[in-house]
Parts: sequence; structure tokens; C-alpha cells
Amino acid sequence: MSATAVAYASPALPAVQRAGTTLLRATVIALLAFIVFGPLLNLLLWAFTERWYFPHKLPQAYGLTYWFRVFSPRGGAITSLVTSIWIALLTVVLSLVVAIPAGFALARLKLPARALIMLLFLLPQAIPNLPVYVNIARMFYSVNLNGTILGVVLVHASHGLVLAVWIASAAFAAVDVSLEEAARNMGAGAWRCFCTVTLPLAMPGLIASAIFVFLESLDEFTGTYFVGVPDVITLPLLLFNASNGGNYQIASITALLLLIPSIGFMLLVERFLKADVLAMIGK
Amino acid sequence: MRVATRERWGGLLLVFPALAIVALFFVWPLVMSSVSAFEDKDAGATLAHFEKAWDFYSNDLIFTVAIVVLSTLMIAVLSIAIAGYLTLGENERTRGALRWLYRWPLFIPFIVTAQVMRTFLAKNGMLNHVLGGVGLIDPLTAQSMLDWRGIVVAFVWKQTPFVTLLLAGAMASVDDQHIEAARNLGASRLRVLWEIVLPQSTRTLLVGLVLSYVAMLSVLSVPMMINPNSPTMLTVDVAYRIASHGDYGVANALCLMSLVIAAFGAWFYLRHSLRHAEAIA
Repeated sequence: MSATAVAYASPALPAVQRAGTTLLRATVIALLAFIVFGPLLNLLLWAFTERWYFPHKLPQAYGLTYWFRVFSPRGGAITSLVTSIWIALLTVVLSLVVAIPAGFALARLKLPARALIMLLFLLPQAIPNLPVYVNIARMFYSVNLNGTILGVVLVHASHGLVLAVWIASAAFAAVDVSLEEAARNMGAGAWRCFCTVTLPLAMPGLIASAIFVFLESLDEFTGTYFVGVPDVITLPLLLFNASNGGNYQIASITALLLLIPSIGFMLLVERFLKADVLAMIGK
Repeated sequence: MRVATRERWGGLLLVFPALAIVALFFVWPLVMSSVSAFEDKDAGATLAHFEKAWDFYSNDLIFTVAIVVLSTLMIAVLSIAIAGYLTLGENERTRGALRWLYRWPLFIPFIVTAQVMRTFLAKNGMLNHVLGGVGLIDPLTAQSMLDWRGIVVAFVWKQTPFVTLLLAGAMASVDDQHIEAARNLGASRLRVLWEIVLPQSTRTLLVGLVLSYVAMLSVLSVPMMINPNSPTMLTVDVAYRIASHGDYGVANALCLMSLVIAAFGAWFYLRHSLRHAEAIA
């Protein structure tokens, strides 16, 4: 890449023109930085604001009062955080328990109508989810699953499962078959070969899919809004209620709590999702 | 032969639990939605829900289509510009800065985006202060952008990194020799992007755009928190019909309308793929 970059480098431009291009580049990058970080900075300010009235450009008083209020027993943040994490963990377990065998079968075994099955697993990502949530809430209402953790987990899993199956299938497809054959030739049974060779080699991809499912469940709003009411209040619902009640401090603090795992994962994603697995997605 | 059959059945058995969950908790409610949209109180067939939905919400239907189409177009332009510079840009430092910058909103949830934009774009938000500070607007006449513009900004801010990530990956796998050959023949970088790199990665671009388009159609939090009053997006109307009236008939008629809008996206993508396949054959 660097060789081609050198080859493209323009012949010496007049100094003025070069300075102009540099300035233009710097301006565009600065503008982009403002667009990306400006809104996030604004959120950070709100999270530590005590008082901020029009037309003041910056908060009039900073402090941690709202943090104490959010994390006090009556603030609900701790309960919501625990509920959210609990739901996300259960969703990951349920999704992976069914996605690992499915992903393995789709990657390795001769399946009838394989393309159709893959397509079916794409549906929840390619179709607006609102009709599903609305009617699942109605369905769950008649079997008393509305407002229960299990109901919310089932809704999250049916959506997270899709990513899990696609990534798991790609992870298994990226495992070198000759390593498995070597293990089989040395006398390992099919199950032992799977546990000691295939599964460990596919692990980074599976971890990535687990993190995806976890995050998706943690951040999910619409499904929980319809199915979880009134008893299951996850962090996104707490955020929504606070924001609608006009309490921007509490909404911003909750938003910040949700931001941390999202940005952390954005920075980590390439470590788990390697190029060889990425190239296999959807194949 | 018998081994192959066993493998087939074994494979299906392994896939079955996952399929059952998708069928039971996704496909079935979707079917129920379509049925309920055409069903009157006595389980007879009717079009009344659609008439009512059209009477009440035709403005919102147009509003929704306009918002998602405009957002999709803006995402397309921005992601082509960013991914294009990441692939062909000549300044190493600028490329590095751009690569580091663009992906921050990638995994930020829609609801957080909505809250962030709700404060950033408000009349008293940071955007107006900065614009006023550099003299681009008069602070006294500053207006809130929390209407259709706010929704579009939130969507574009959140979805551009996703499409750019996919597109930059596809562009990086375009054969360097094609690019070099065109450059040696004197083509400008913009022309290389438009005539060589982009045509070879259109498929990926379209996949990213269609997924974003569908996601934007079904997001409830962004329109509800940024612009809840009429005209607004269909998702808000659906939530309102159910929360305030328990009116599943009209809600599902509206849902079906949004499915049709989504189908346009899929149709657009399929038409392109078919043409692409024909061009190869």
C-alpha cells in the first residue's frame, strides 16, 4: 500500500498550493472530529451538570448530585443495571446453546435447503421488527409471559440468535479441516475431536458472537418496551423514562453507562473478529 | 449413501432448535400481524383498518419514506467519501486520523444516539453555541433542530460508520493492479473511485444500505425522543395506537405499510444483483 501511495504522490506542487491542501485536510478532519465527538462531549457535560439554563453556553454548576441520586436505592439504576446484565447473560447462553450446533451444521454438514435456512436466519435483520414486537407482546399476554424476564430473554434471543448463527457458522468454516482429520486419524472420536480441536479453534469467533449478542440485548429498546412493561425496566427503558420526564441529567448518566460497553467493544472488535472469520460470513 | 442420509438428518437436528426459535418468536408473530391487519372484531375480513390508517396517518407515511430515503442517500454519500479516501487517499496521516475517527458511533445504541442528539441539537444545545461562537448564526435567532432534521442527523450519525466499515473492507479487496493501471493512464483519483473501485464494491454498499434502511424503519426510540409530534414516523404511531387505544388492527395495518416500504429496499437490492448476475453471464 505504501509503495502505491508513493507512486501516486503528485510531483512537487508550489508551496502555496501544498499549504492550501494541508489546511483543507486539517479542516475536514477537525470538522469530522466535532461531528463525532461534539454530541458525546455534550452528553458528558449533561451527566455532570447541576444547573444549566438558557442562554448559558456551559453548565452553571457541576457536581455529582445526580450520580448519587441515580445510584441511590430509589434511583433505580442499580436495579436496572442488574436486570439488564442478567437478561443479556441469559440471552447469550440461550443464543449460543442453539447457535453453536446450528452454526457447526451449516458450516460443515451437507444440509438440504442450506441456502434457504441461512436466508431464514437473515430475516430478523432484514425485516422491520416492530410488527413482531407488537404481536409477540399480544401473544405473550395470553400466556402470562408479558412483564417477565423470560419473555424479554426470548424476544432478545430470537433477534440475537441471527448474528450468533452467522458468526458461529463463519467461525467453524474458518477452522482448518486437516487439523480435525489429524485428530481423527490418531484415534480421537467425533465428539472428542470437536471438543479438543474444533471448538477451541473456533473460540475467538464464538466469543465475538457472544459479545455481539450481549451488546444487542443490553441496548435493545423496542422489544423490551412492548414485552417488558410494566415490571421489567432495563437501562434503555430507564433512560427513556428519565428523558421523557425531562430529567436530562439522569438520562445522560444512564446513556453514559450504556456507552461504555459499546465503545469498549468498538475498540476491541478486531481482536476477536479476525479477517479470516469475517471473510467467511455469509458464505 | 446411508452415511450421507444420516448426516443430513443429523444436521437438520442440530439446526432445528435455532430454527424453532426464529419460527416461533419471529415468523409467527409476523404472520399474526398480517392477519390482524385484515381482521374485524368478529374475525371477518375487512379493509377498515387500512382506511383508518390512511385517513389518520398518510402524512406520517410520506414523512417516514422521506426521512429514511434521505438518510439512506446521505449515508451512501458519506460512506463512499470516507471509504474512498481510506482506500485511495494519498496522505498517510489523514487516512490514519480518518480511520480512527469515523467508527466511534458504530456500536452506540439508537436510544443513546437519540438522547445525545436531543441535547446536542436543541435550541440551547452545543451545536448552536458553537455555530454562534464562530459567527455562522446569530445566537438570538438560533432554532432547535429537533424535527425531521434531528431524526435524519441521528440516523446518519449512527449508521454511516456501519456502512463505511463494510464498504472500506470491500474497497480494500479491489485488486491494486486495476487501480495502478488506471492511475498510470492518467485517471484522477476521483475517477478511479467512481469508475473502478466503487463499481467493484457496489454489492457490499447496497447490503449495508438496505440493512440500515430497514433498521431505520423499525427504530422507535429516535423519532419518539427527537420528534414525537405529528408529522412523525410510523413507528411512533404504532406505539401510540397500542399504548393509548389498544388498537391492534390499525397498528398492524401501519406495520404492514412499513413492511411494504422495507420490501422496496429489498426489491431495489435484488434488482441490482440480478442485473449484476446477467452482466457476468
